[in-house]
Amino acid sequence: MSLDLALDILSWACIIGGAFFALVGAVGILRLPDVYSRMHAAGMIDTLGIGLILIGLMLQAPAWIVVMKLGLILAFVFFTSPTATYALARAALDGG
Amino acid sequence: MSMFAVAAIAVLVSIMLALVRAFTGPTVFDRILAVNATGTLTVVLISVYGFLDGRPEFLDIALLYALINFIGTVAVTKYVKFKDLGFPQDDRDEGDL
Repeated sequence: MSLDLALDILSWACIIGGAFFALVGAVGILRLPDVYSRMHAAGMIDTLGIGLILIGLMLQAPAWIVVMKLGLILAFVFFTSPTATYALARAALDGG
Repeated sequence: MSMFAVAAIAVLVSIMLALVRAFTGPTVFDRILAVNATGTLTVVLISVYGFLDGRPEFLDIALLYALINFIGTVAVTKYVKFKDLGFPQDDRDEGDL
């Protein structure tokens, strides 16, 4: 089993998993009853959905600079998405 | 079908589902949440499309849109909460968020 085949299988698995979580999160945003429970589903998209898809892309990258850029996007989204969700939840709590 | 095409189709379907919530959501917070999720999925879509086309330079655009999406979400939340994009009232010692 060559390294290319192993990387392909692993990135297929990561991308399928990430796409699954993105779809589940989007269906959750659509179907859950309350704005607070919808934030749980949106948080799933922001962490697992984007994380698994970008890790799957990292395994297919042609150069190391591409891996670093993908890591930078991932780190930024991981740090800012909980902040935005917290601000939104607090505003929803105070405002109605 | 290549893995990038599968990912792009799944992300496109997720964007459409989130946009339905952005149109129908009864409160404004539903809409802010749906637009934030759409922005994050757009970042993924730009990255995957860059790999699909064989040009990983699209990642710069994806990083830039991730920054814009975060700032936009926090700005709209602050405006909805305080009715003002300047400083909140002086007797509050809490911050903007």
